[in-house]
Amino acid sequence: MTRGLPTALALTFLSLLIGFLVGIGLALMRVYGPIELRWISSGYEKIFRGIPLLVLLFIFAIGLLRLFLWTGSLFNALFTASIFALALRSAAYQSEIFRGAIMSVDPGQMMAARSLGMTDYQATRKIILPQALRLSVPGWTNEYAVVIKDTSLVSAIGVPELIYHGMAFSWTYPALFLGIITVTSIIYFLFTYPVTKYVGESMTSKLRSLGLGGGR
Amino acid sequence: MVAVLEVRDIWKAYDTLEVLKGISFDVQKGEVKVIFGPSGSGKSTLLRVINMLTPPDKGEVFLCGQSLMDSKADLCKLRTRIGFVFQNFNLFAHLKAIDNVSIGPRLVLGMTKEEANDAAHRALEKVHMSNWSHHYPAQLSGGQQQRVGIARSIAMNPEVILFDEPTSALDPELIGEVLQVMLDLAQEGTTMVVVTHEMGFARAVSSEMIFMDKGVVVEKGTPQHFFQDAQSERAKHFLRKLEVLYGQSETEKT
Repeated sequence: MTRGLPTALALTFLSLLIGFLVGIGLALMRVYGPIELRWISSGYEKIFRGIPLLVLLFIFAIGLLRLFLWTGSLFNALFTASIFALALRSAAYQSEIFRGAIMSVDPGQMMAARSLGMTDYQATRKIILPQALRLSVPGWTNEYAVVIKDTSLVSAIGVPELIYHGMAFSWTYPALFLGIITVTSIIYFLFTYPVTKYVGESMTSKLRSLGLGGGR
Repeated sequence: MVAVLEVRDIWKAYDTLEVLKGISFDVQKGEVKVIFGPSGSGKSTLLRVINMLTPPDKGEVFLCGQSLMDSKADLCKLRTRIGFVFQNFNLFAHLKAIDNVSIGPRLVLGMTKEEANDAAHRALEKVHMSNWSHHYPAQLSGGQQQRVGIARSIAMNPEVILFDEPTSALDPELIGEVLQVMLDLAQEGTTMVVVTHEMGFARAVSSEMIFMDKGVVVEKGTPQHFFQDAQSERAKHFLRKLEVLYGQSETEKT
């Protein structure tokens, strides 16, 4: 299991990172882009939010495995394919988070930026996005909590992460099954709850001190 | 001499609602122009048309002889020369006061960090906010935020500053500090266009007042003209209402 944890964390980290970059791009296309880009972006979101992760994993890791063989070994190919599935699905959810955050920035901010003579690009980059990213942190920690637990599904295509190792272990020692699954659960919990609690709370108070995030 | 601003026959409609119906006026260097009138008369829209935050349907605006509607004009460059002070301040919420003021000079005017900070400090000094430069907007009172908003405009060293009801969102006891800053600016010869109902301010510094109602200019004139000898019924009626509201007779003070 100690070998499975780094794999699970690597899957989480890389999928969230790629999902973040793609998600921001999709959100910007959706909010500011011309109609064609908006259409592509919202189509992407609908498709990837509408397909179960397990099916995506099967598509990438079995159907499209040939595309990932350049990585050298079967493990690498499966690992990369899983990251694609996790990241592209996360991108769809993250783009919704960022779109909501961008749209909740007061329109007066954009007006003020323009009135100073900023181009729309400068205003988006220096004024809108910094505020939107802060606003999106609470929603984003939720996405982290979802993705880290969804990496467990990757065991279904044979990537040796936490669950995979746990199951292999319990086949050797069937009597220990409940104990093993409990330990695995605790590991997931330890990597989820403290992070969401800490980030959520510190960010909420930070947002309040900036007068962002409304309410209260 | 070329006027700082020339506003020529501006028309603007939202769907079927005509907000501006042929507005024209000039603003000369050093002039303070006060625009007033009932809410819904199109004053705020007019200000936003002047720097093209809201492009008009018809008409033209010139800044020092240069058209802002010319398709070849670099609108961003021209906007750097027109300051804008908002009713709701619209300070950048994620930036400290000093960064709110320096971001324009640095990002838009291309100053170095030191030059921009110098300019920002001078501007904050002018509005008496130097001691608050490291506070975030949410930590400041409305009056303080508005003064930072004014500093943000003057740090760009614009040809003219547009004020859109700068004191309307403030608690009464905070209005004075903002008006004082605006009076100082006016007395230094800053060219200003001010939408406001603060008749004391208008009386003290405005070179011309423009009374708008229902999207047209009803009457123009000096403060003396309006307070002693307003011609149109609508202007007289509106000024009377302001007197009742502020509990003192503007006409009696002269």
